[in-house]
Amino acid sequence: MSKLLDQSVRDELEALASRYPKRAALLLPALHAAQKQSGWLSPEVLDEIAEWIGLHPAVVRQVASFYTMYYLKPVGTHVLRLCTNVSCSLRGADRLIAFCEKRLGIRRGETSLDGKVTLMEEECLGACGTAPALMLGDRYVESLDEAVLEKLFVELGL
Amino acid sequence: MSEETLYIQHFHAGAASLAYYQEKMQGYQAFPKAFAMGQAKVIDEVKVSALRGRGGAGFPTGMKWGFIPQASPKPKVLVCNADESEPGTFKDRELLRYTPHLLIEGMLIGAYAIGARSCYIYVRGEYVAEARILEQALKEAYAAGLLGEKVCGLDFACDITVHRGAGAYICGEETALLNSLEGKRGEPRVKPPFPAQSGAFGCPTIVNNVETLTAVPFIISRGGAWFASLGRIEKSGGTRLISVSGDVKKPGVIEIHAGSMTIRQIIFDACGGILGDRPLKAVIPGGSSAPVLTADEIDVIYDIEPLAKIGTMMGSAALIVVSDAHCMVKLIARITKFYAHESCGQCTPCREGCRWMEDVLERIEHGHGRVQDLGLLTDIADQIQGKTLCALGDAAAGPVMSFVKKFRADFEAHIRGGKCPNAS
Ligand SMILES: Cc1cc2nc3c(=O)[nH]c(=O)nc-3n(C[C@H](O)[C@H](O)[C@H](O)COP(=O)(O)O)c2cc1C
Ligand code: SF4
Repeated sequence: MSKLLDQSVRDELEALASRYPKRAALLLPALHAAQKQSGWLSPEVLDEIAEWIGLHPAVVRQVASFYTMYYLKPVGTHVLRLCTNVSCSLRGADRLIAFCEKRLGIRRGETSLDGKVTLMEEECLGACGTAPALMLGDRYVESLDEAVLEKLFVELGL
Repeated sequence: MSEETLYIQHFHAGAASLAYYQEKMQGYQAFPKAFAMGQAKVIDEVKVSALRGRGGAGFPTGMKWGFIPQASPKPKVLVCNADESEPGTFKDRELLRYTPHLLIEGMLIGAYAIGARSCYIYVRGEYVAEARILEQALKEAYAAGLLGEKVCGLDFACDITVHRGAGAYICGEETALLNSLEGKRGEPRVKPPFPAQSGAFGCPTIVNNVETLTAVPFIISRGGAWFASLGRIEKSGGTRLISVSGDVKKPGVIEIHAGSMTIRQIIFDACGGILGDRPLKAVIPGGSSAPVLTADEIDVIYDIEPLAKIGTMMGSAALIVVSDAHCMVKLIARITKFYAHESCGQCTPCREGCRWMEDVLERIEHGHGRVQDLGLLTDIADQIQGKTLCALGDAAAGPVMSFVKKFRADFEAHIRGGKCPNAS
């Protein structure tokens, strides 16, 4: 079987195995690692993880589909997840997500045709004191307004 | 606020290192002291401290630790709940970022008290940077002999592992968290059995919030009685980190002695008042799950019991301030959309009820509501409350009930006028 998960990733996960009494607990860490490597979780990589941990492929899909951070379809090179929950909307998040949609030419939930960017509406990110906030991949960008967003888009070449 | 604070002076870059913790915070001196005291005495000290869980329910921590069946032959497990997803809450993020060693030492003491070797920190998936800081701190602690086979050279072994979530509010609920830790869908379990009997991997388990565990080293170093005396209200010890957000001039995390301030004082004295000096419209006092308060209900002491007395809750101590610039119908519609999205779907009343409430609220918001919709909303909320496996159902229903009751005129104006009265 061809290996989609890098050996170094497998080694790291194997080292983690001793911390859990059951191997199944490696599933979330493995999904994180696989997504970090390829940007999303393809059916092939889900099958490989299932076989490697010793779980039924259906179980792996059941679990992966429960969590919003696992992407079961390809996403853009940049993924923007803008919070529109209470504290962010009190500080103008609705206006800002409309701004993003217009500026990027896509609606929330969509990926641009050139595959450069995905825009998502997000639930509370835990950055309410510096609202509105978004995540760009793994990175938080806080205290947003149109100027901050525009600067970010330019930085990303969007 | 010249009173002594425990945390907030350490919320700066540079505080996260082992060297800082040892030099500036007497780091890793509380654990050997706890070890010398013995397990039972540590639990007693935490009982005396009147430390109540900071995760939402406010359960007395010492009493919870006491529920662990020490005689059970199974290994015991300690889990730190760093899922922090209750809308409006961001205090644990500060603790993770700036005081990771305080958390590690708190967990060491907790683990010793309940007899656990295996500990996990369940960090919400979005806190990537915070998880990295924790990993770094753990690495330092292992290298310094503060974790592993012989903690501080003493006869106690302990491992702490960071386990990252992946985007699911419900995983903050402790039994959903345990399922997620085991590599399963984050669905809450039927209780009993409670985690203290059968939790992570079927072992007796304690789940505590980040802030709860970071209080423990202080309690051991300076005594339970001292910690209790920091609280200015009965049955609530220590200081509280409060996440203030929304329409205030100075949002952020503040630290107050438990029960020492009213909501009005927090908003106007600690947080600079309302943005744009507008009139206050409402306050959501304990994260979005807490029933709303009107502007004339804010002279209440901000702590667990006084808030419960007026029909709401302190929850995760997240205060969301709303000025008259906002539409209350839109606000509760957004909050309800969140619960509908986050319901794990196991219980029919929660799964279906949240959806219904979301639909009805959305149609009222957009001016298509009917007069009978308000009755319908309270009926649905009533069908959810107390009839679900976990508290998410109540968290969705309570706010809807309170908004409809306290801001009824706003709903009626939408229904009568066919649109939001504030909309141009
Ligand atoms: C829907 C729901 C979400 C929760 N989210 C969190 C959370 O993000 N963080 C947390 O510490 N507790 C959360 N809790 C409370 C936990 O179930 C649990 O009571 C808490 O972690 C216990 O720790 P404590 O006693 O130290 O407060 C949540 C509860 C419910 C019902
Ligand atoms: S109340 Fe809702 S979130 Fe909680 S277990 Fe039932 S369906 Fe799941």
